[in-house]
Amino acid sequence: MKRTVPLIIAIVAGFVLLIANFIPFAESWGLTAQEWFNILAVGAMILGGGNLLKLHLMKVSGQRKGWGYSVVTIVCFTATLIIGMFKMGVNPNPLTPDYAWSGYYLESGSGLWWIYQHMVVPLTSMMFAMLAFYVATAAFRAFRAKNTEATLLLITAGIVLLGRTYAGVWLFEGWLPESMQWLRFDNLTVWIMEIPNTGGTRAITIGIALGVVATSLRILLGVDRSYLGQD
Amino acid sequence: MLLAVTIPILCGTVFPEVVSKQAKMVFDSINELPDGSNILLSYDFDPASQGELLPMAQAFTRHCSIKGHKQFYMALWPLGSPMVDLSIDTIESEYPNLVYGVDYVKFDYKAGGEAVIRMITQDLRGMFPMDSKGVPLDDIPITKNIKNIQDMDLIVNVSAGDPGTKQWVQFAATPFGIKTVSGCTGVQAPQMYPYIPEQLAGVLGAIKAAAEYEAAIDEAYPSIADNPKAQEAKRRMGPQLVAHSLMIVLIIIGNWIFFVSRKRGLA
Repeated sequence: MKRTVPLIIAIVAGFVLLIANFIPFAESWGLTAQEWFNILAVGAMILGGGNLLKLHLMKVSGQRKGWGYSVVTIVCFTATLIIGMFKMGVNPNPLTPDYAWSGYYLESGSGLWWIYQHMVVPLTSMMFAMLAFYVATAAFRAFRAKNTEATLLLITAGIVLLGRTYAGVWLFEGWLPESMQWLRFDNLTVWIMEIPNTGGTRAITIGIALGVVATSLRILLGVDRSYLGQD
Repeated sequence: MLLAVTIPILCGTVFPEVVSKQAKMVFDSINELPDGSNILLSYDFDPASQGELLPMAQAFTRHCSIKGHKQFYMALWPLGSPMVDLSIDTIESEYPNLVYGVDYVKFDYKAGGEAVIRMITQDLRGMFPMDSKGVPLDDIPITKNIKNIQDMDLIVNVSAGDPGTKQWVQFAATPFGIKTVSGCTGVQAPQMYPYIPEQLAGVLGAIKAAAEYEAAIDEAYPSIADNPKAQEAKRRMGPQLVAHSLMIVLIIIGNWIFFVSRKRGLA
């Protein structure tokens, strides 16, 4: 029963969405299922948040390695939740001034807005910006012409790196004949993206789609039950 | 690397841009629409990728504002909503003649990804009964007669991942034939090329394409060239040139070390 009911729900929901996609009469069933999905996602989010708190609280109470970071996580999570949920610093909507919580949750000057502007934006931007330094060190260490394939990759990477900047134009300015302009790195980059890249990506995308169809069929027919977890 | 990125920014070097075919296709998609057309702009990115995508998002906003298109903003990412607010701020500061509710409107973030797209292709009010200010759509002039996004003349999607352009192509552009253009990160751009030109009318891939798009707007509307805020993508090409050149140098040095080591090993 513990595994049968979720299995039946998954199969029924899957077939309803499949039918809704192909039969116009059943289109509204799919939209209803999408609404149920949104409601369930809220429940899953609450469950996920609760699990996060539980894990980190256990780490703190057990004084396991790195428990200090868990304290930071719990404090930040709780503070953001309380500030956002109670709309601290948010003025009521001018259309409904009698309702204290009717304002926009990210109103400029509010608590959640402050957290977003002064914590989320700089921290996420910093995480992404660090990638540039990792790529630079990886380029130095990994881009080696060890064999034919690596050499081809190296040459393509060099053309695209320069083609995506003004250097791709400037290097060939003034001396390349008009008939040979296709050799300019920016034009070569466009050709690489439009021809070999598109062909390869198209093949990979179709392959992935066929794989998704096969896996979905296995799940819809109840053959693949990996999503139920282990007994 | 730090110096390679910092020095060009401090020097304020801006390089001329040659508008590529893709940037031209995206530009024409917006420019050739009659003034006052309905355009849905979905900002599916967060602050992590705003360095690459915010300039092109702002360029889309300015171009649509110049053309007088009706702009409908939304976000499929939770942190995409503040990105929309930045575009709204741009309209309010640079195009004060445009009126909220008449020329542009913002729908709030909704969770669900492709479920949101599927819903709004049939019934906009099913997902967005009111705008971000809490006003019912029937009371807003710009949305009064909009039933769903099939009433849109163009979808502009600025995407950093999933949900993003792929979902817009799968659930809106392909089934309903709604013309769609995309601005995406450099990493994502190669995956979008197979959709061109049937499912996607054009793609702006990374900050380079954003700079080309800004150049196209400057050529068509010279007055915008005097606005320094409208040249942000071009300004970022300076650090990109130096950083890429540095990487080429590092690759050459790495390979030189590799071949010398191999030769010594064989000798």
